[in-house]
Amino acid sequence: MLYFDRWKIILIVTIAAGGLLFTLPNLFAPSQLQALPGWMQMRMPLGLDLQGGSHLLLQMNSKELRDDLLESIAGDARQALREARIGYSGLGRAGDEVRVTIRKPEDVETALTKLRDLARPLSSTILGGSGRDLEVERGEGNVIRLRPSPAALTQRVSAALGSSIETIRRRIDALGTTEPTIQRQGEDRILLQVPGFDDPARLKTIVGQTAKLTFHLVDQTMSASEAISSRPPPGSAVYESTEAGAPPYLLQKRTIVSGEDLVDAQPTFDRRTNEPVVSFRFDSSGAQRFARVTKENVGRPFAIVLDDKVISAPVIREPILGGSGQISGNFSVQEANNLAILLRSGALPASLQVIEERSVGASLGADSIEAGKVAGVIAFVAVVAFMIGGYGLFGIFAVVALIVNVGLIIATLSLLQATLTLPGIAGIALTMGVAVDSNVLIFERIREESRSGKSTILAIEAGFSRAYSTIIDANLTGLLGGIILFWLGVGPVRGFAVTLCIGILASMFTAITLTRLLIVEWLRITRPQTVPI
Amino acid sequence: MAFAFKPIELVPQHTNIPFASYFRVCLTISGTLILVTIVLLATLGLNFGIDFRGGTLIEIRTTNGPADIGAIRSNLGGLDLGEVQIQKFGAPEEVLIRIAEQPGGEQAQQEAVDKIQASLGQNVELRRTEVVGATVSSELVQQALIALVLTCLGIFVYVWFRFEWQFALGAVVALFHDVFITVGVFSATQLDFDLTIVAALLTILGYSINDTVVIYDRIRENLRKYKKKPINELINLSVNETLSRTVMTTGTTLLALMALYLFGGEVIRGFTFAILFGIVIGTYSSVFIAAPFLIFLGVKRDWSGVKAPSPGSERRAADV
Repeated sequence: MLYFDRWKIILIVTIAAGGLLFTLPNLFAPSQLQALPGWMQMRMPLGLDLQGGSHLLLQMNSKELRDDLLESIAGDARQALREARIGYSGLGRAGDEVRVTIRKPEDVETALTKLRDLARPLSSTILGGSGRDLEVERGEGNVIRLRPSPAALTQRVSAALGSSIETIRRRIDALGTTEPTIQRQGEDRILLQVPGFDDPARLKTIVGQTAKLTFHLVDQTMSASEAISSRPPPGSAVYESTEAGAPPYLLQKRTIVSGEDLVDAQPTFDRRTNEPVVSFRFDSSGAQRFARVTKENVGRPFAIVLDDKVISAPVIREPILGGSGQISGNFSVQEANNLAILLRSGALPASLQVIEERSVGASLGADSIEAGKVAGVIAFVAVVAFMIGGYGLFGIFAVVALIVNVGLIIATLSLLQATLTLPGIAGIALTMGVAVDSNVLIFERIREESRSGKSTILAIEAGFSRAYSTIIDANLTGLLGGIILFWLGVGPVRGFAVTLCIGILASMFTAITLTRLLIVEWLRITRPQTVPI
Repeated sequence: MAFAFKPIELVPQHTNIPFASYFRVCLTISGTLILVTIVLLATLGLNFGIDFRGGTLIEIRTTNGPADIGAIRSNLGGLDLGEVQIQKFGAPEEVLIRIAEQPGGEQAQQEAVDKIQASLGQNVELRRTEVVGATVSSELVQQALIALVLTCLGIFVYVWFRFEWQFALGAVVALFHDVFITVGVFSATQLDFDLTIVAALLTILGYSINDTVVIYDRIRENLRKYKKKPINELINLSVNETLSRTVMTTGTTLLALMALYLFGGEVIRGFTFAILFGIVIGTYSSVFIAAPFLIFLGVKRDWSGVKAPSPGSERRAADV
């Protein structure tokens, strides 16, 4: 019990020294660390609440995705029935499904076969989610019902979320900020954290916009107001303008070219009017299509539409053959810049809604770090004074263990690259108070054993061995709370849970090994007659 | 190596406080506090932060001298934003503004923030904005409750396996007592109750159980040691034996927390206040409620082997 073999001593000292060594980088400015090797530059990353920045939780509009899916199912069904020359009526969406009525009863069976051919096998997942993406059933009479399978919907949402994350990453990168965190959360959410960027309003315009760009011809067969009061001609629809109060437009639904055909978009200034515009360039097939349509429609207006709203509707003066052009729409410089970023990064598959937003200014973050440092140091000094006052020499041993303990917490956080938040700092300070508990348990036990008449060595030995089960019981229950807190916690609260858990583990380690080692060595060297507590 | 300093003993060697005989008094005090909490929750309720209610929080700092709360209030009152809460936040230049969730989705929230910013004028720096939607806030309520219940359950199971069911029940009753009364304090003071306070409650659970387990551990040990000692004497002995440790650990923890409370900044003041209060009440409940509660429940006296509990303890348990 009171003997350590050499290898154990080396191990304990190495762990303690390692903890202190990996704590050091956090005490210096990053510029001072440049000269050191990479593994010595690991610092605790600071949370948004400490360095300032924005946090957005975005939810994907999965209803929009389902609507798109139903649209495309209706389109496929129409084509399949036409190819098979089967007469039908009333093809369209009805709630969560697509319905079609087959004219002749004798065609229903063939129609069912043809429509069932539309179903594609789902790409199998790890969970063995095979099956098909479309369920086709016969309804009452000659009605056939087509419904996307739940698995197909889930897969679609999941894929859309993945591509949204890619798109958002491109957009954020274009803002030129450092190290954004973009994570999938649950089935249909994205967590976005941008350190050092405390303008959530701009972030939201960059991230929240679908940015679906389309070019349409203007339908001049009637005016937009006529179309609203009667009904728009088939194949056309009324689109609002992006400018509030401007009259709406009647446009052909068919798109000439879309944002997918763009290869580049840049903010620039119009050469004549000097107002901010966005210049763009199509890829070769987009350029060809655009050239053909503009050639056929000289003198007629076309509309540039972003997310179903018309930015502008210039008249085609001459065929645009070069595949490039510019969008003007009374932009400010920042608006032109934002639009260029959005167009370059591509559209989102569905709109994203901001359901939670937190942003912290850099000055508040700096104040919090300062407050955290001051509180931490004062907590440390107070605990040190209390322990030395209460236990004398053994108190000094406990303080050594406490220093190593804090070192281990900070080193672990640095190596795991776990984010330090303000509640995390509170966790470290709280741990200082609680961490000495294991030592207190041991010392109190030694005191008791020594009072009951045991010799120094026996009292110390009994003190350690009797205190163990209490230490384990007391700390495991505390750890349990910490783990649940981490599991269910969000954001800064998680940071607190992490430091709390690491702190508990570190304090068990230091109390059981390091304090004991110090006391054993002290016993060996001084051979005391009494226990000094 | 001579060390001339004699440690100060905060708890004298032969301290013998009859803790168990205070049980009735403490039970009355705690029962009253719990009743008061119930009444407070039913009447005043909790001042839920935006985490749980949805809405927008803005922290500002004026750059031209102390903030004029009255002026800000009358400024924002004319904006038609529904309920607006304005309060000082630490330094005299710092103000916290909270508004309820605006009808009309995400756009409306941003417009409200813009409106507030515009009406506050040039000499104001936006330090922090938080917007929480209704979907998120209801999920957070649910998660917070699950976390609290799961932690209590986990602790119950652990203590039950390591000790006996009476200990587990006593521990969980004490935990419930601590958390509930802390919540009561938040109702009485109408301090902001947000997600960090839930984290604080969970921390209180962890700390209070730590304290309780240390005392229970000693009770179990003494149950093995003194087979014939009356239970209330045995509990008194155990609490007194661990009293020095209780004072030392509570002392260091409170010192660390006081430092955090006083110097850790306004942002975490509510959080540290909750833990500070919770630790005081947790220590009280470990000593005065959890330990004597075992008399009330009746504990197994024969810890010598794996034999079934004695009929006496069975009957006493059934009476409860």
